Amino acid sequence: MNSKEIKILAIESSCDETAAAVVVNGRDVKSNVISTQIPLHTLYGGVVPEIASRKHIERINQVIEQALDDADMGLEDMDAIAVTYGPGLVGALLVGVAEAKAIAYASGLPLIGVHHIEGHISANYIENKELKPPFLCLVVSGGHTHLVRVADYGKYEILGRTRDDAAGEAFDKVARAIGLGYPGGPKIEKAAHEGNPNAISFTRPKVSDGVYDFSFSGLKSQVLNYINGAQMKGEPVNDADIAASFQQTVIDTLCEHAAMAIDEFKMDKFAIAGGVASNQTLRAAMEKMCQEKGVEFYHPSPILCTDNAAMIGAAGYYEYLAGRRDGWDLNAIPNLKLGER
Amino acid sequence: MKILGIDGSGLVASVAIVEDDNLIGEYTTGYKKTHSQTLLPMLDELSKMIELDLNTVDAIAVSAGPGSFTGLRIASATAKGLGLTMGCPIVSVPTVDAIAFNMWGNSGIICPILDARRGQVYTGLYRFEADGTFTVIKEQCACDFHDIAEEINKLGEAVTFLGDGVPVFKDTIADIIKVDYRFAPAHLNRQHAASVATLGSIYYANGDCEPAADHRPEYLRLSQAERERMEKERLEKEGKA
Repeated sequence: MNSKEIKILAIESSCDETAAAVVVNGRDVKSNVISTQIPLHTLYGGVVPEIASRKHIERINQVIEQALDDADMGLEDMDAIAVTYGPGLVGALLVGVAEAKAIAYASGLPLIGVHHIEGHISANYIENKELKPPFLCLVVSGGHTHLVRVADYGKYEILGRTRDDAAGEAFDKVARAIGLGYPGGPKIEKAAHEGNPNAISFTRPKVSDGVYDFSFSGLKSQVLNYINGAQMKGEPVNDADIAASFQQTVIDTLCEHAAMAIDEFKMDKFAIAGGVASNQTLRAAMEKMCQEKGVEFYHPSPILCTDNAAMIGAAGYYEYLAGRRDGWDLNAIPNLKLGER
Repeated sequence: MKILGIDGSGLVASVAIVEDDNLIGEYTTGYKKTHSQTLLPMLDELSKMIELDLNTVDAIAVSAGPGSFTGLRIASATAKGLGLTMGCPIVSVPTVDAIAFNMWGNSGIICPILDARRGQVYTGLYRFEADGTFTVIKEQCACDFHDIAEEINKLGEAVTFLGDGVPVFKDTIADIIKVDYRFAPAHLNRQHAASVATLGSIYYANGDCEPAADHRPEYLRLSQAERERMEKERLEKEGKA
C-alpha cells in the first residue's frame, strides 16, 4: 500500500448521545461507542439541555477510552481528533469541543471541527464504499430537515430546509398528543403498523416561496385539530390511524420534494441520513421512488442514522484531506449553517 | 510536585502551574470572551512561555464548582481531556475554598460571595489560624444572601468579602452586616488558578484526587427541570396524603 492510513478519533456530543469512534480513511469504522441518555430524558418528555450537558461530562472519558479500547489502539496511533462543533445544544456541544481540544492539544494532534449534518450525510460513506459525490441527500432527524446536493466532499448546496419544525420534531409532538411518549419516531412507526395510512386525509404541507422547503408545524396542528375536533364531537379517535396517516403525509412530502430535486438536477444517486432515516416505511417509500426513476438509493443502517461519532470521523477525514485544521479557540456554534464556512 | 490549576467557574479564565513552593506561571483574564475561546489558548501560551513539558505534570487541579454551569463544564472537560491524554489524576478543588485561599494570612473571617442569581449566592466562611492553617467555618453552599449575613453577624468578627457577588450585594451588605467589613482589592478578589493549584497540591499530597474519567463538576444545584419535576412529585405526594 502506497498511501498511509489516516486514523481519526471522533467525538460527538451535540444532543443526547455521548459518542466516540475510531475511523480509518473515513470509511472503515474500527469502533463506534454510543452512550445514550434517552431513558433519562423520557422522564421529561424531551431532551433537557442542562441535564444532557451534565450527563455528557460524566460519561465522556469512559466513552472515548472505550472507543480506543474497542479499536485496539491508543492516542499515539491517531492522526487527528475530529469533533462536532455545531449545530446542536450549546452546553452539550461545549463538553465534546473542550474535551477534544484538550486531547488534541496534549497529544500534539491536529484538531478538526465537524458540522453535525455533514456527519449525518457522511454516514452513507461508511456502508457504501463506492458512494462518491455528486449525490442528493435528504437529512431528516429530530432537529433537522435538509435536502442537500452534495457537489463534492465538503461542498454542499442546500436546496431545501424546514421553515419551522424538523420532521423528527413533528413525530415527537404528534406522539405526545396521542399519548405515545418520547422518543416519538420509533413509537409512531410502531403504532402506524396497526393503522390505516389512508384513514385520515391530512394536507401535505407546502411552502409557497420555496419549492424544496419544508414546513411540518402546520401538519402537527392539523393532527391536533383533528384530535380536538373528534373530542368535541364525542367521537372516538383511532390512534393507530392517526399515527399511520400522519407518518404517510410526512413521507409523501419528503418523497415528493426528493423526486422533484432528482429530476431538476438530474441526479443519479440519492441518499437519506439522520435519525428519521431509520424509519422503515420511509426507507421503503424512498427506495420505491428511486427504483421507478432508475436512481441508485443509499441509506446507512439504523445505528449510523442515530447520532454517532463514526459519521463525524467519516466527515472529519474528508476535512482532514482538504486541509482543515482548527485552533485551540474552536468554539461550539449552536446554529452553525451547512456549507457556510 | 507539579500541579496544573484551571478555573473557569466565573467570568475569569485562569490557568497556572505551581511546582512545590513556586508559582512558575499564571495566566488570568477577566474578559467577556467565552472560556471555550480562552482557557486552552491561554494554557498553550503559558506553556510555551515557561517551556512546560505537559508530561511532567503530576496532577490537574480544577476549580470544580459551584459557579457558571457551562464554565465549570468547559474547565472540567479541558481537565478531563488533558488527564485522559497525560494519564494523570484530577484534584477537585471547591471553587469557594480556592477564592478564599487568595486571602491567605488575612485576619478575621473570609467570605467569598459568587452571584448565583435569584437573590442567591454561592458562599462559605473561612479563617486563617495564627499558624497559617486554613479553617473552613462553613462549607461552600448555595443560599440566600441574608442567611450568610445572619451567620456573619452571629460570629461577631470582622469580615472580608470578595468574589463577583460583591458588586451585586454591596448595598445589601451596607444595610444588614453589623460587624466591621471590607472588600478585597482587584488583584485578589476573583478566581486565581494559582490558588486552585496551591490548594490542589495540598489535597494531592494527602492522596485526595480521582481518575480523570470520574471527575465531574460540583454544581450545588439541580437543573431547573429536575427541580420542577421534584416539586411536582412532592405536591402530588402531598395531594395524595
